[in-house]
Amino acid sequence: MTGDVHAVAAPAGGCHILHGCGFPAPGLENFEFKPLFTIGSFNFTKPMLLAVICTVFIIAFFWAAFAKPKIVPRGVQNLGEMGILAVRDQILRPSLGKKGDTYMPFLVSLFFFIFLMNLMELIPVFQFPVPSRIGFVWPLVAMVYLLYLYLGFRAQGFPGYFRNMIPSGVPSFVLIILIPVELARYLIIQPFTLGIRLFANMFAGHLLLTIFALASWYMLVLSYPLIFAVGSFAMTLFVFVLELLVDLLQAFIFTTLTATYIADSLEPAH
Amino acid sequence: MTHLAQAATQQNPLLPTWPEFIVGTICFVIVFGVLGKMLLPRIQQTLTERTDQIEGGLARAEEAQQEAQRLLDQYREQLQGARHEAARLREEAREQGAQIIAEMREQAQAEARRITEAAEAQLQAERQQALASLRAEVGSLATELAGRIVGESLADTARQGRMVDRFLDEIEQRSADVRAGAGQ
Repeated sequence: MTGDVHAVAAPAGGCHILHGCGFPAPGLENFEFKPLFTIGSFNFTKPMLLAVICTVFIIAFFWAAFAKPKIVPRGVQNLGEMGILAVRDQILRPSLGKKGDTYMPFLVSLFFFIFLMNLMELIPVFQFPVPSRIGFVWPLVAMVYLLYLYLGFRAQGFPGYFRNMIPSGVPSFVLIILIPVELARYLIIQPFTLGIRLFANMFAGHLLLTIFALASWYMLVLSYPLIFAVGSFAMTLFVFVLELLVDLLQAFIFTTLTATYIADSLEPAH
Repeated sequence: MTHLAQAATQQNPLLPTWPEFIVGTICFVIVFGVLGKMLLPRIQQTLTERTDQIEGGLARAEEAQQEAQRLLDQYREQLQGARHEAARLREEAREQGAQIIAEMREQAQAEARRITEAAEAQLQAERQQALASLRAEVGSLATELAGRIVGESLADTARQGRMVDRFLDEIEQRSADVRAGAGQ
């Protein structure tokens, strides 16, 4: 690692791919961006831009679909209806039943917002999953957390909410373990896992894609046998398709869990 | 060295940077606001209306079918009634016919009996009349015959026989004359 290498520094660990300093394994630095522009002390970065693009796209799409809804749907409205009805019938109804339709706007917004931010990972030029910056995940988790706590307190009362966490008829010596575990589950573990699951999946996905894409490039340029580059590229394609699935799945899981938590607050399982 | 410097500036990936947190919050709130307050209520209303219309259509179809069924039942009932009526009328007509025939037959028999009785009565009367006139005639003839017999000498049977024969011939002659007169 010499000074002139750093002069042509690239995103991959400060060592340019053509300067023979070994495979530039991608790492945390792939998730750091220089600000696109700065307003005062506020740095506007690429993930923020992508989040804004997602917002604009979702609103534009649903606007086109539902701004003037027809009884007999046409074109985009069909697609939009398929989307929201999928969320309603696959996510909302199984947990909350028909009376849970009140929460449909929240769940639909959550699902499509997360799904689109995830998809950014696969769209050329954008190529970055917004939720792999956890700053975009915690706000969603915070809203879900506050919502289900609020609903729990409203439906079961403040003491009742905590009382209902503990199943009745449990021997008192078990309670010593059960009470902290259940408290931790509702107040810490649920929101934490909800956020980390989404973040880690997107983080790992992006890392995988980066690794295989970089490796294909690296092995092609450094005249390794062609088969390595081809193999690596095949893996890139495979991971691409896999990530498509993961993007959808993670949005689905996040929303489904949200629905489950809401249902749990409205009607305690115990 | 650069790595270390970078690592120092790199945050814990589980901790958010506030600008991102704020941008993320704002973006989601905008999405939720527009979708939840404007677009989804519209489409939900449309979906409800669509359901209503479909259910309304189904209900109307159901109603129409019930109406048709009701009418069909009514027509069947009417047809059944008409068949019964026709059968009843036929039966009645047959009864009436039979009754008329019986009456006619009775009438005819009565008439025949009446005619027969009248004929018998007339016959009887004529016979009586004939008997009466015959009795009168036979009386006068007998008297006449007796007078002749008494007037002649009643000597022998041969003369008597001749006289009787002549008398009978005379009668015969007389009746032949009467017949001939009638014949002319």
